[in-house]
Amino acid sequence: MTAPKTIAEKILSSKAGVDAQAGDVVVCEVDLVIGTDASSPMAIDYFRRMGGERVHDPGRVVFALDHYSPPSTPKTAAFHDEVRGFARDQGVELYDVGVGISHQVVPERGRALPGDLIVGADSHTVTCGALNLFATGVGSSDLAAAMITGRIWLRVPETIKVTLAGWMPPGLSAKDVGLAMIAELGSEGANYRALEFHGLGLGELSLDDRFVLANLAVESGAKAAIFPADAATESYLLGRTSSRGTPVQCDLGAAFERELVLDLDAITPRVAVPDSPTDVVPIERAVGTAVDMIFLGTCTGGRAADLREALAVLERNGGEVAPGIQLVVTPASREVYLRLIEDGTIARLAAMGAIVTTPGCGACCGTSGAIPGDGMTVLSTANRNFRARMGNATARIYLASPAACAAAAATGRITDPRTVL
Amino acid sequence: MPARLEGRARVVGDNVNTDYIISSTRKRETLDEQILKRYLLETLDPGFAASVRDGDLLVGGANFGCGSAMEIAATVILASGIRAVLAQSFSRTFFRNAVNNGLMPIECDTSGIIEGDRLAITIDARGVLMDNRTRGVMVEGEPLRHMMAEILDAGGLVEYLRRGAWRRA
Repeated sequence: MTAPKTIAEKILSSKAGVDAQAGDVVVCEVDLVIGTDASSPMAIDYFRRMGGERVHDPGRVVFALDHYSPPSTPKTAAFHDEVRGFARDQGVELYDVGVGISHQVVPERGRALPGDLIVGADSHTVTCGALNLFATGVGSSDLAAAMITGRIWLRVPETIKVTLAGWMPPGLSAKDVGLAMIAELGSEGANYRALEFHGLGLGELSLDDRFVLANLAVESGAKAAIFPADAATESYLLGRTSSRGTPVQCDLGAAFERELVLDLDAITPRVAVPDSPTDVVPIERAVGTAVDMIFLGTCTGGRAADLREALAVLERNGGEVAPGIQLVVTPASREVYLRLIEDGTIARLAAMGAIVTTPGCGACCGTSGAIPGDGMTVLSTANRNFRARMGNATARIYLASPAACAAAAATGRITDPRTVL
Repeated sequence: MPARLEGRARVVGDNVNTDYIISSTRKRETLDEQILKRYLLETLDPGFAASVRDGDLLVGGANFGCGSAMEIAATVILASGIRAVLAQSFSRTFFRNAVNNGLMPIECDTSGIIEGDRLAITIDARGVLMDNRTRGVMVEGEPLRHMMAEILDAGGLVEYLRRGAWRRA
């Protein structure tokens, strides 16, 4: 009889074909390998140096041109051509410029299924764990090795049980819950570990909300962040793929390293202050801070529900962007963009003066899109606010929910969204 | 594989993320480490890169290499002539990237190390030992385990894979 297992232990055991538990090192079969324009040029170089000729299974690899979209320099255009050429030669699917952020598009296209093991050369690949699977970020050399062999070695992580208790108060965003979670864990509190989500509060969370929590988990170092499969998972997959994957439940009596209980009723709007995503304060402590730029986008806050919520807050507050405020809107994917064009959200935001940019990573890491000016203060829906993250070391970056960002766009200052709802 | 490194400590703080090691804006222009090394750690200290000497040892606090998984952060450190990074703890993605490129990540108590200290690191069958010659203090480090040790022994993941690891029969 084998010991009771966490979801991480079960998925990695299954992919390695052995009975593994936390602490074991296993070589796993990978269901999907994801490369981006930021990581794949190096990965292609490693691939060749490793003696790679053909990828092990072209059906299990995708590339996304998301960090430099569209390319703003000849060099980034050359990176794109290199990745396009490699994808074509290898018969690998490519999400070209404008399709969107890799770990947003992979779930949208039904390529992330319960029970899967996904490795991506992008730290926010963990986002896919919202769909009851093990997804983890790696560098370019591990990506190349996984392309060649179809495999990756992993240490089976210990698991922290994150229990979501209580109910979401009206107006509270998953971003607030996520910021509260990573503040509680600290900047390395989940390093080398998996998070596994539990609790009645789960029923409150849509898949979009779960993507936000899984996404932010890596800011505490998490190797994976895994949700259970339930009706919300089913309904997300419906229409995206005919497969339902292999849903994985944790065993009764599974060994967790520790438990973190998040009482949803007690969480209030939060802001991460410069220069770390885990330096989180209740929004009251930052209210009144003058802002220059608002960024609505990224794999944390660039989904349809986020941008609709932002629009609603703006419309309830005069329907105008405050004078002098630059509002940058970057849908996480083309699917999101098209939905928001169809329902009029994009038109209304643009009419207010929003700068709508190409779906992708956008201004998040200073690689494409709007770069803040010297000394500017930015309020963003993104996940990282390290100094110089957006391409200017003198800018100060605050992180908050889409509602809080919209409230600040309307007023020109960091504003508690509860006071303008 | 027994190894011995001796060099000057170059001390940085806690939570040095990979964007601080080399900014995403820089690597958008080139992936040539010989160029990028001019910008090593520029966000924390614009003068740092110019002051690095071959054989220096980078000393971090907790959670070194957090944030983005970009591998260029590890290879730019190597290109600068730094062959080992010592830290209280490492982010998992940086740790893997370091080992995969033959940059030695040494997890040990770095709290007593001061900028410019002379450090000697010995790695052998008995383990990892950091001798702070300036302070006269010896600290044991965490030995590399499992496949990490094999990959670093091979000189990195390229060589390791060229030897046929994980291939199918």
